[in-house]
Amino acid sequence: MSTLSERILGGPAGTYVDHEVDRAFAHDGTGVLAMEAFRKMGVAKPARPETVSIIYDHISPANTSHTATLQKELREFSAAAGFALTDVGGGICHQLMSEGRVLPGEVVVGADSHSCTTGAFGAFSTGVGATDMAAIWAEGSTWFRVPETINIELTGRLPECCEAKDIVLTVTGNIGMDGGTYRALEYTGDGAAALTIAGRLTLCNMAVECGAKTGLFYADKTTQDYLARYGHQVERQEPEDATYCRELSVDLSNMEPVLSVPHRVDTVAPVADYAGTPLDQVFVGTCTNGRYEDLERFAQIVRGKEVTCRTIVVPASRAIMQKAAESGVLAAIIAAGCMVGPPGCGPCLGMHMGVLGEGETALSTANRNFKNRMGVGAEYYLGSVATAAASALKGEITSPEGIL
Amino acid sequence: MTFSGPAVCIGVDIDTDQVIAGRYLRTKDTSVWAEHVFEDLDPTLAPRLNGAVLVAGNNMGCGSSREQAPVAIREAGAVAVVAPSFARIFFRNAINVGLPVIECEGLTCHEGSTVTISLEEGWVEADGVRHPVRPLSGRMQEILAAGGLVPYWRNK
Repeated sequence: MSTLSERILGGPAGTYVDHEVDRAFAHDGTGVLAMEAFRKMGVAKPARPETVSIIYDHISPANTSHTATLQKELREFSAAAGFALTDVGGGICHQLMSEGRVLPGEVVVGADSHSCTTGAFGAFSTGVGATDMAAIWAEGSTWFRVPETINIELTGRLPECCEAKDIVLTVTGNIGMDGGTYRALEYTGDGAAALTIAGRLTLCNMAVECGAKTGLFYADKTTQDYLARYGHQVERQEPEDATYCRELSVDLSNMEPVLSVPHRVDTVAPVADYAGTPLDQVFVGTCTNGRYEDLERFAQIVRGKEVTCRTIVVPASRAIMQKAAESGVLAAIIAAGCMVGPPGCGPCLGMHMGVLGEGETALSTANRNFKNRMGVGAEYYLGSVATAAASALKGEITSPEGIL
Repeated sequence: MTFSGPAVCIGVDIDTDQVIAGRYLRTKDTSVWAEHVFEDLDPTLAPRLNGAVLVAGNNMGCGSSREQAPVAIREAGAVAVVAPSFARIFFRNAINVGLPVIECEGLTCHEGSTVTISLEEGWVEADGVRHPVRPLSGRMQEILAAGGLVPYWRNK
């Protein structure tokens, strides 16, 4: 009996396999390096250009002439190679791949560590570096070591004040930053089945934060319904009685809102322990929590009120931004005094717009709080959308308990 | 392949943001990365890497997939990186850019003492003690011998 990773990659855990890559993607950052490597390899043309996406999200739109020139070069290279390019304003690569480009059972490789996100569809989806990506463009395939799998069984019903982000931070705190290294995480149980695709994407997105190769959900009716909206009819996947290297059970009904405290993602504590910590900035967005459901939840809390600290909201894609504009969610967020940024990674990786100053403190819905990442000499906490909304209103870390 | 150099010791869970910060990624110029490698962790580290063996703790290179991290370490002159475990993308990236990475348990790092590594024979020696290491796959050794994945491909 096999884990989902073993089934998709076609070999038992611990073995090395060569496998075709069904979907490959890179962004404006890694894409430039992959382009350089591809040119140096001396390959005339990519093996299967129709499987490759280039998505501009990291510095989008360009912040300097230098960046703009690199992006221009990649744009031209991509057109000549026959790749599908999504230019600035389209959104974050992981979100765009989630909008109907990844199907259950596929092998998906992105030149970004959070490429584990689309494991939420029951795909084997993982990240590589730029040179590996160039070799995938050249060959259409790559090698994998089939990972051992940690089964994380989610049971019970999540309290209203908690969301998928609280689950994944709790799990990361439990497993630790290196507890999943070389392994895959499989989410099963009635608590997993009850999660929306947005919630599943949040969980899989952060698999890499405990070192895991990917996070996976079995495709079920929720997956089928979601992908049908993009015109895909897909089969369900059923879990088998597989051999796991570790089994973990998480009772969602006991969950409370939590934070990841500077500067380690696995230092996780109840929001209540840090309540009252003054904030200079709140940031809502990223490939972890920039989806429509997130913006809707944020708007639900701030609607008709005013934020009391700098608050930046960045939708994860154009489609999300458009839907939020049409539904009034965006209007409520703007009316509450937030700044809304263009779809993309925003300040998450400290490259542009919204980075923090020395000595500043922020709360972010992102996935990493590494030292100096979002601003040199700054401190930032990671939390859920509801925690971010409650905290933005008070200008200090605030638990969303009792607000929803 | 045998590598040798004085040890430079760093801690556990060193993420790639600490290896090379995001603010230095907006370029293709590898000398920029070599100059600023480990700047936020310890600004005195970069000049000591030339000819050295970098000895890290568990989960070396976790976080972002940025290939600039192993490139920065290589360009700063380090001959190899030894750690009990590596984040998997960093591990692949290091091999792909021709930086030897060796998984080795039980090594206590003493700053400046000589560390010697034999990839073929599968050991790391430090302070007169030989530690067995997890061997690299044949393909990884071939990629390293070629100087990285790009030259490996060109020679194919």
